[in-house]
Amino acid sequence: MKIVVTASKPSLDSPVDARFGRAPYFIAVDTETGEWEAHDNKQNLNAAQGAGIQAAETVSRLGAEAVITGHCGPKAYRTLTAAGIGIAVGAEGTVAEAVEAYKNGKLTPADSPDVEGHWA
Amino acid sequence: MIIAVASGKGGTGKTTVAVNLAAVMPGPATYIDCDVEEPNGHIFLKPDIERSHTVAIPTPSVDAEKCTGCGRCAEVCRYNALACVRGKVLVFPELCHGCGGCALACPVKAITETDRPVGVVESGRSGAIGFVQGRLNVGMAMSPPVIRAAKTEAPPDGTVIIDAPPGTSCPVIAALNGSDYVILVTEPTPFGLHDLKLAVETVRELGVPFGIVINRSDVGDARVTQYCHREKIPILLEIPDDRRVAEAYSRGEMAVDAVPEWREQFGRLAQLIADVAAEPVEESG
Amino acid sequence: MNELVVISGKGGTGKTSVLASFAALAKNHVLADCDVDAADLHLVVEPTIRSRREFRAGHTAIINAEDCRGCGWCLARCRFDAVKWKNTGTGIEYYIDPLACEGCGVCVDSCPAGAISFPEEVAGEWYISDTRHGPMVHARLGIAAENSGKLVSLVREQARALAEEQKRDLILVDGPPGIGCPVIASITGASAVLIVTEPTLSGEHDLRRVAELARHFRIRPFVCINKWDLNPEMADKIEAGAVELGVEPVGRIRYDTAVTRAQVEGKSLVEFSKNSAAEDVRKLWEKVKSLIGRNKSE
Repeated sequence: MKIVVTASKPSLDSPVDARFGRAPYFIAVDTETGEWEAHDNKQNLNAAQGAGIQAAETVSRLGAEAVITGHCGPKAYRTLTAAGIGIAVGAEGTVAEAVEAYKNGKLTPADSPDVEGHWA
Repeated sequence: MIIAVASGKGGTGKTTVAVNLAAVMPGPATYIDCDVEEPNGHIFLKPDIERSHTVAIPTPSVDAEKCTGCGRCAEVCRYNALACVRGKVLVFPELCHGCGGCALACPVKAITETDRPVGVVESGRSGAIGFVQGRLNVGMAMSPPVIRAAKTEAPPDGTVIIDAPPGTSCPVIAALNGSDYVILVTEPTPFGLHDLKLAVETVRELGVPFGIVINRSDVGDARVTQYCHREKIPILLEIPDDRRVAEAYSRGEMAVDAVPEWREQFGRLAQLIADVAAEPVEESG
Repeated sequence: MNELVVISGKGGTGKTSVLASFAALAKNHVLADCDVDAADLHLVVEPTIRSRREFRAGHTAIINAEDCRGCGWCLARCRFDAVKWKNTGTGIEYYIDPLACEGCGVCVDSCPAGAISFPEEVAGEWYISDTRHGPMVHARLGIAAENSGKLVSLVREQARALAEEQKRDLILVDGPPGIGCPVIASITGASAVLIVTEPTLSGEHDLRRVAELARHFRIRPFVCINKWDLNPEMADKIEAGAVELGVEPVGRIRYDTAVTRAQVEGKSLVEFSKNSAAEDVRKLWEKVKSLIGRNKSE
């Protein structure tokens, strides 16, 4: 299956970036073949508001079935859920480690946003 | 004539100046409280409210049956208030500015706009003074629509006194736009001076003539006065720190009622502004 | 890592002065001045700026007069009264009032001649600085700018990043007045929120609104009454009412001319004086310090 991990750098050994909306990169990984691709999220770093929403749209367009990240706020949560994308929060370590943890069932699927929105 | 009372720094005495000026203004006067986040004028003017109306922002609703999931609405929205994922459109009303861009962009006319309440405008009278107050609903983020709505209640004649919010950003501009004269209220302290300079920059940007009232003028130091002299900004009135005024304020009483010499002082301020506003503009920064 | 945000509802109650004293009393912290509209904290902590960056937010529309055909579609569609016109003698010229433009882009998209450009706005600057108390993140919002909520969020994020990097366990935030978007942006997710108010009807009224805002975001704030002895009855009334609003009274500061004298010298109160109000502020800090993190939203 295809999952997306939020990352600070465009590589599998990048640390997981804890923020969903403003993470610099999304790493899309095929959990069966191990193939992966880094996608730039730089345009979102500057968004005045709704960065989480835009990130969710991007991730949905990438065809992700699940997202692995540190924290997910209410607007991103709502958008990902509407798209049928699972959300695992609390990921730590590198992207590669987070993917392993997810495959071994060690990461918690979120059933609600785990942080407040930034404003509103 | 529309006179706005503003300041950079909060707590310098805008509301005190605005309500007391309204009380002594010759001819018909209306006070409009545009500090819609924390309106306090009513505490002192104690108005009888005669009517009120809701301020609403037109916010999109998507007809799911007509919607084709093309995502054009989400692309067009500059505020990310719409998201389109896997053929579904989500609306985030709290981010919406009510611009109407999404409804215009939808190729199948699936978007209609419904009113989302963000505040309320109340009007009435306080004795002979007309009273208008805008109030932002707690939890709503944006003041300017409520401020603009409050200003539409201004009568076409007489003097209108606008009590502006503190600061220099978009709510202040919404309050000051269209004024004939601005009174900046400050205090002679470092914080007061710093924020006064920001307020002066703002008013000069608007191109409106203005003057200063220095509140608690005998506390602090002389730097505000020196700044005004250097910049050739008229000091309209200096109000020394007066415990009687502070106590009246804390009890919600008007300074011009509690302390007689204040009625005279504010009367002179009103006259001064009428004279200055009648002059051709020479100082506009 | 904990984050204490000091707000007031009503402006001018003394939140920056109180925060400045906390900065002098606390250890191992990062300062964040989120009153980006009228930032004053730097006047008493004297920062040395180490880095300065532009803050870009939103866009503003500009009509290119040469390409404009004068059809007026922009005027018809703008909901913010930002499209203006003037008679130039040779015809009507349309232009956008930059102070009224909200950057929605409807005019840009509507223009059949493609005559409206939509550049990004530089809405201010933000800084990372050193002070005698530790590092500080602060900002200056441009005149008439919008998106102050975004700048506030940015200052907080940078302060958090700095705290993590330098292993500091507390962020002290000077919040903005009011209840609008900059205040919301300053309190979401904070460990503790302290409201500074004054013993007046205005202070009481504004406390109610800012307490309601905090409740809306599931935060249980503290309150302290500054200059309480100007009206002791009102101070008692406010504290009693606070409890009913779900706000916990944590202290009182008496009126003291030393507050202004300290500010004039560019110092916080507790650096300038030892007794009277300075003593009240020290006690307040001890109390607040012990409560931080215990009142996280549930």
